[in-house]
Amino acid sequence: MTARTLPRKDVVIVGLGWTGAIMANELAGAGLEVVAIERGPWRDTASTSAPNYVQDELRYRIRHELFLRPGQTTFTFRNKTNQTALPIRTWGAFMPGNGVGGGGLHWNAETWRFLPSDFVLRTHLTHRYGKRFLPADMTIQDWGITYDELEPHYDRFEYLCGTCGTAGNLRGKIQEGGNPFEGPRSRPYPNPPQQQPFSHTLFGKAAREMGYKAFPQPSGNMSREYTNPLGVRLGPCTYCGFCEWFVCANYSKASPQTTILPVLMRKQNFQLRDNSEVTQINTDSAGRRATGVTFVDANGETWEQPADLVILAAYTIFNIQLLLLSRIGKPYDPVANEGVIGRNFTHQTTSDVTSFFDRSKFIFNPFIASGSIGMAIDEFNGDNFDHGPHRFVGGGYMGQMQTSGRPIQTTPVPPGTPKWGAKWKAAVRDNYLSALKPGTGVHGSMYSYRDVYVDLDPTYRDRFGRPLARITIDFHENELKQNIFLTDKFAEIFKAMGAQQIVKEYRRGPYDITDYQTTHLCGGAIMGTDPKTSALNRYLQSWDVPNLFVMGASAFPQNAGYNPTDTVGALAYWAADAICTQYLKNPGPLVHA
Amino acid sequence: MARGEVISGKLPWQPDAGSPPHTIQPGGWKYFTRAEAETVEALVDRIIPPDPETPGGKDAGCAVFIDRQLAGGYGHSEGLYNEGPFHDGAEQQGPQSAKTPAEMYRAALAALDRFCRAPPANGGSGKPFAELSPELQDAVLHDLEDGKINLEGADAKKFFKQLLKDTQQGFFADPVYGGNRNMCAWKMIGFPGARYDYRDWVGRHNERYPHPPVGITGRPDWTPS
Repeated sequence: MTARTLPRKDVVIVGLGWTGAIMANELAGAGLEVVAIERGPWRDTASTSAPNYVQDELRYRIRHELFLRPGQTTFTFRNKTNQTALPIRTWGAFMPGNGVGGGGLHWNAETWRFLPSDFVLRTHLTHRYGKRFLPADMTIQDWGITYDELEPHYDRFEYLCGTCGTAGNLRGKIQEGGNPFEGPRSRPYPNPPQQQPFSHTLFGKAAREMGYKAFPQPSGNMSREYTNPLGVRLGPCTYCGFCEWFVCANYSKASPQTTILPVLMRKQNFQLRDNSEVTQINTDSAGRRATGVTFVDANGETWEQPADLVILAAYTIFNIQLLLLSRIGKPYDPVANEGVIGRNFTHQTTSDVTSFFDRSKFIFNPFIASGSIGMAIDEFNGDNFDHGPHRFVGGGYMGQMQTSGRPIQTTPVPPGTPKWGAKWKAAVRDNYLSALKPGTGVHGSMYSYRDVYVDLDPTYRDRFGRPLARITIDFHENELKQNIFLTDKFAEIFKAMGAQQIVKEYRRGPYDITDYQTTHLCGGAIMGTDPKTSALNRYLQSWDVPNLFVMGASAFPQNAGYNPTDTVGALAYWAADAICTQYLKNPGPLVHA
Repeated sequence: MARGEVISGKLPWQPDAGSPPHTIQPGGWKYFTRAEAETVEALVDRIIPPDPETPGGKDAGCAVFIDRQLAGGYGHSEGLYNEGPFHDGAEQQGPQSAKTPAEMYRAALAALDRFCRAPPANGGSGKPFAELSPELQDAVLHDLEDGKINLEGADAKKFFKQLLKDTQQGFFADPVYGGNRNMCAWKMIGFPGARYDYRDWVGRHNERYPHPPVGITGRPDWTPS
């Protein structure tokens, strides 16, 4: 296959999701010629979703219509290095997006900042508990960036999105009604929190009576109409209960489509190629400089796009896979504990509590909700509590954050009910309005380990004949202990709310690829201070190939107990700022190792 | 994959662009044979039995739903990763069968039929499943669920799991797909369906939502025939 060569661009961006759109808008705004190459199709609100048919649970949630189809490409999975990895034939534990907007089009819009201590995790924990408190095979690292450095960029992403919430810490002053554990904010959220339905309100009240500081979850579903700094308008959320897995037909959920693309797409120095899959990042013969990318278009034709600057902005594992296939950076070897690409791969440790209330007293109307609705507490996240007596590290937020009552997935029945038949049917009928199932009620961290990583599969291949990425992942004792502690605490609050029956659904090993947790895969091309243990420097610039920057959660050295998107967006603005103010003046390494 | 193009300087918006759902075709069975359909209607009517207020799986259209799903993309594993080699692997590695759902149903229904028609001496009942008493039908379903029946050419437990999932999905999915006829399942639980705007209701706590459900294509009484 001979690739035809396209005219050179200043910048080529791989993937047009959140980070690709942010980068494109910043770099095109700086006057550069930018092209973004997107594997999936163009998507906009009007043609992808309409309020007369988007509320279709079977089509979008069960059959995954908006997501990447595994037949196009997938991954293989195993728990341990001595097992044979098998392909993920249909999505389960996580759901990769596809097309313009990426996962940002059909996320829930939960918009959390990480804690200041999360960014200096190893230093912080070692200082507080001593070196021997951490498991020997835990490979957590500091990020090479501090919360204070990232704060202006968090702020920028949140004002882009119109995030709704109550500040808990304004310039160091703790605010009533917000999250008192968060890092200092330079200014309040751009919008007030969303209204809370009955069950979410009840959770907040019960939590406060137990002494917790309950606060509304920061939401990218609009509490009112909002015009962002780019001049793009979002409409108020209607609490429709069809948010995650769905595209918002009301322009009420922050997404690249509702915040950036209307501005970016009109720029004459920006170009998008959709339905085109980048198969390789090309480098010079020494492997020290990226020369552009190779991609295959919708007709199966191969093209080369030369560029001076390459921005890798695909989903976590595709970033890792492209780096491995392009032979950029040393592949991680868990036996030798050397190499960086694929290292410190993580996911999440979630669990849930389902509770059943007296139906003569409680009508929850679970179908009234938004994607990032809910009341949360943060007392058990990160290092917000003393881990000394508990012998584990990490934590997570927890809350009543039920996003829907869509009935294929949300018809809980009390324990002991048969799985089918007349008794099942009656139990579904009797409990639908008075049962609570938060979904991801406990949103726990997953720290990194030596034997959790990504490499290339020796057997299974994609439609181009390239090796699939292979995931080796299992839960470790630290995370399972953490989950029992958090889930028990969470259940106490539902008891205080008046639940008659409570079912604790602990996260248990082994890691199961069929059981959805979140799509928050992290790590594998991490940022840091040492090229021996990180793929990227603190500006998300490749240590090995300085004209390559790698966006996204693949840069997280470990995963915190929050949703990643706010941090992913903030890091994209941080990197864009470094490129515009430092790199373009003097292209080369921004950090000298 | 659809078209691929270069887009620059504009939003590629087109009037009337849209992607409405593929609603089912009325008429006879699209995938099942008549005999298979009779068995599946009997199966779904025991998984979700009728009661005085709400139809069972058969009258709710669950067999029609499964028939249309098997005739369509789902039945043929469309869009899934279908490359070999195929190995069973551990349970947590997910489904690894080379068989499509449509093939699996065909094989399992044939084996179930053979099992039920076998003489009592061989553990059967001498009749097809649809002609058994409800008690016997339930007993067969329990044995499928527990893997106590050996279905030649199919895995009884896996088949039961899939049948249960498909039946319940058909019961609760929008009526455009053939199940949940007249939104009977939504009425049973109090789910208002495709309404999409609860701004007036988000602040009304602990009150029963009073309005009947609406489907993607509205309600039957909107378009009286």
